Amino acid sequence: MCGIVGLLLKKPELYDRLGEFMVPMLVGMTERGPDSAGLAVFSSSVGNFDKKISLYSGLTSEGASFNWQGLEGAINQHLGIPAKVHAVNNHAILYISGNPEPVKHWIAENYPKLYVLSTGEKIDLYKDIGLPASIADRYDFKNIKGSHLVGHTRMATESAVTPERAHPFTAGEDFCLVHNGSLSNPNYIRRMLEPRGIKFETDNDTEAACRFIEWRLSEGDDLKQALQACFDELDGFYTFLMGTADSLALVRDPFACKPAMVAETDDYVAIASEFRSLAHLPDIKNANVFEPAPEEMYVWAA
Amino acid sequence: MGSVTFDLEQTPVREINHFIHKDADIGDKIAITNAGGAHSIACGCDKELEIIIDGHAGYYAGGMNKDAEITISGSAGTGVGENMMSGKIHVKGFASNGAGASAHGGLLVINGDAGLRCGISLKGGDIVVGGSVGSFSGFMAQAGRMVICGNAADALGDSLYEAIIYLRGEVKSLGADAQFEPMTDDDYAVVAELLSQAGEDFKKFDPKEFKRIASSKSLYHWNSDANQEY
Repeated sequence: MCGIVGLLLKKPELYDRLGEFMVPMLVGMTERGPDSAGLAVFSSSVGNFDKKISLYSGLTSEGASFNWQGLEGAINQHLGIPAKVHAVNNHAILYISGNPEPVKHWIAENYPKLYVLSTGEKIDLYKDIGLPASIADRYDFKNIKGSHLVGHTRMATESAVTPERAHPFTAGEDFCLVHNGSLSNPNYIRRMLEPRGIKFETDNDTEAACRFIEWRLSEGDDLKQALQACFDELDGFYTFLMGTADSLALVRDPFACKPAMVAETDDYVAIASEFRSLAHLPDIKNANVFEPAPEEMYVWAA
Repeated sequence: MGSVTFDLEQTPVREINHFIHKDADIGDKIAITNAGGAHSIACGCDKELEIIIDGHAGYYAGGMNKDAEITISGSAGTGVGENMMSGKIHVKGFASNGAGASAHGGLLVINGDAGLRCGISLKGGDIVVGGSVGSFSGFMAQAGRMVICGNAADALGDSLYEAIIYLRGEVKSLGADAQFEPMTDDDYAVVAELLSQAGEDFKKFDPKEFKRIASSKSLYHWNSDANQEY
């Protein structure tokens, strides 16, 4: 199964309420995905820094008591760049100045168990195993602010239940993808991408789709061209919901085996696998509710 | 003949369905408010009841319906009226995939569009769709009638048996073994009757605008001369 949710707020005065609107959406999809959950939030919060990196310490021996302040100090000292860590539980957002790649390389060498969740100017990413409601509490999702988000509740079918294999998946910067379905040719995608130097972190089928789309984008495709390439190359069942710095995008495979519903008002565009995750939203009775068609591309600008 | 209202924000589906199955009397009128996309609303009705569902219904609304007349004011999720035996289900909004799948009898009316696989394996029920239907609609439909007032996507009526499809708009592609056939006077009468049963919203459609799609029956018998290479 798996559940997907997406929310894009059209009015900046609502950005502070993003988490409040979203938590019931995510929790509403618990039956579809009780083993893991994740969330990618897009907000302009780098301030005086250039980039932010979401980090997960759940795989380290320290877990939630990971010494985040020590990490901040070590980056300042060894890399000589301004850095700031904002940590909640086993998750932290690391703000840095300059190119994030040397920083991630340094983290991989010095903190090999520290997991990089995402990189970008706008994206913060959270994912972990457990019930969606407990994950929402763990990371205080209800107080999350931003313009748009992509969320997922997972019922694993194609790979093990671990934090790395939870969704959203990311590739490159400010791009993420969640998936309801299963791909039948992820290894073909891997064999196509790995010789081009694209590295995979898990054996998960969704990661293949995520890296494929990001590769098309990095090759110069716009989002619609990249999604058309998905229809041409990916085989299997999928409803994909993607987030970029300034948009949400949705596609369903030609057989539309996996569900999706959209509700749109003057205030928001909300997407979920099922209407029951949209039913609580403000003014839902007057929303334009529709089911996205198979093999169509839906892109909403933030 | 009583009248009772349930609010799905207060009462779980299981309790409402229990009432329908055990406590409701023939002729009762049951209103269900705040549907909120809940699954299995009014599944397994087995007597003449009038049920009005306010809001968007989740999966399998009115599934296995026998004798009840069910109205859904909003949309319906996957499998509305699945395996209906008799009675009527009227969806005022749109319906998702598999609407009326394997319905043995009764009438399913959808004012808006229906998703993919509408009327798949239809076994004698009737379906009237005010809008368009998705791909693979009427797949392997064995008996019953489908009236589609809009268009149809790919593979309409693939591997049809004896069910008949009446289409007003355009079809993107017919499925294997499905073919257009001339409309007879009986066909026009059937379409007129089903449109009339579907209600006020369907009065605007003229039976003369519909085309008949049925099985060419070329798959009914094994053809040992056919190319068997797959």
